[in-house]
Amino acid sequence: MKTTGSKKQSLVPTPSQTVGPYFAICLEGPCCVKNLAPNGVKGERMRLTCVVFDRAGKPVPDSLIEIWQANADGKYHHPSDRQPQSIDSRFGGFGRQVTDEKGVCEFETIKPGRVPGRGDTLQAPHLEVAVFARGILKQLVTRIYFSGDGANGECPVLRLVPKVRRRTLMAQPVPGQPGSWRHEIHLSGAEETVFFDV
Amino acid sequence: MRPAMGRALNHRKNSNRVLPYRRTKQGTQPPYLYPPYRLTLPRSPRQPLVVLPHTLSEVTGPVFGHNAMGETDNDLTRQHAGEPLGERITVSGRVLDDNGRPVPDTLIEIWQCNAAGRYRHRIDQHDAPLDPNFSGAGRTLTDNQGRYRFVTIKPGPYPWENHQNAWRPAHIHFSLFGTAFLTRLVTQMYFPGDPLLPFDPIINSVPQERARQRLISKFKWSRTEPGWALGFHFDIVLRGHEETPFENDR
Repeated sequence: MKTTGSKKQSLVPTPSQTVGPYFAICLEGPCCVKNLAPNGVKGERMRLTCVVFDRAGKPVPDSLIEIWQANADGKYHHPSDRQPQSIDSRFGGFGRQVTDEKGVCEFETIKPGRVPGRGDTLQAPHLEVAVFARGILKQLVTRIYFSGDGANGECPVLRLVPKVRRRTLMAQPVPGQPGSWRHEIHLSGAEETVFFDV
Repeated sequence: MRPAMGRALNHRKNSNRVLPYRRTKQGTQPPYLYPPYRLTLPRSPRQPLVVLPHTLSEVTGPVFGHNAMGETDNDLTRQHAGEPLGERITVSGRVLDDNGRPVPDTLIEIWQCNAAGRYRHRIDQHDAPLDPNFSGAGRTLTDNQGRYRFVTIKPGPYPWENHQNAWRPAHIHFSLFGTAFLTRLVTQMYFPGDPLLPFDPIINSVPQERARQRLISKFKWSRTEPGWALGFHFDIVLRGHEETPFENDR
């Protein structure tokens, strides 16, 4: 393969293809993380339940959900994050689960801190989310924010989203269960979740 | 402002600087809604995507180490007591970014059906035998030059329910992470000369011929090992950084 460095002659990236129905034989392996934060990891613990629906409002029983998040201090466990806060080797920030017949999957983690946005801004606490499934030719990228968080109003990324659709990005606290959040992802239809072009 | 505070603020500002990745060019990736692939109808968004300028959240991503690897993880023919049935092959190549630079130490996961076209998965009801010596899952890390290699058997084609007499061309599923959340790629590798390729809505969902060709491996004499296995070559290109760094504050 020819190696080029110029902007105009960049290589064509490999296209995405659907994950299909049988990914569990591989992707349920060692990288399938439900509990991102072992005991002792700093931060406000939370249980996050995700539910995925299709255009007809039916649960999607065969989707793969991946999440990526910063630690409680708003720092990512990654060399490109050069902020001064320290990282904890026990907290990678990546989780992966498969939805069940009710379209549900669950993560145990800590609430992420605020990470910088562009310029002098700070983003509101959020998780990056990728949704894979058969019928999805390229992962859908969305975010999960936390309903009622005081920082949501000033988040530069939320501001890019039409106001009426912002609620599709908000996890809701589960009544009577402190530390439990529920988030619905609607792939299509009247309640369609906001997806990002990254 | 006290000098110490000024320094802290500058530090935060500098660490805010994000090197963005090149945006995907039109026609090189499949659309979400592609009616010939029927299941995209209930599962694709209809609202326009919100274009997100890259922040730390997108340009960082999970990093996996060698401790995640088992000894036979990259050899799918040695994971059981006996050898699987089928045509033994090697699949090897490099992972590059779109600037042509190798992507070292990155996780590749693969999965596939057996030589008869059957996945070891409870929902696969295709009337073809399971192979007790084949699980069909593998993983490896690229080396410092971005190279990888798997030993496996050639997967068979199999029928599916998309349309009348629908058959998937033989393929191996690939999952890669690359350097960031936004370089994540799940794709499928096909085999050269497969007569089913022109009829497959999944590969043909990619608009550009040049991009579709990226998904088809090449047969290589130089990778073919005498008396042992045919060699297929498959390079994978992930998104790379824009060439010029930009100031976060602009």
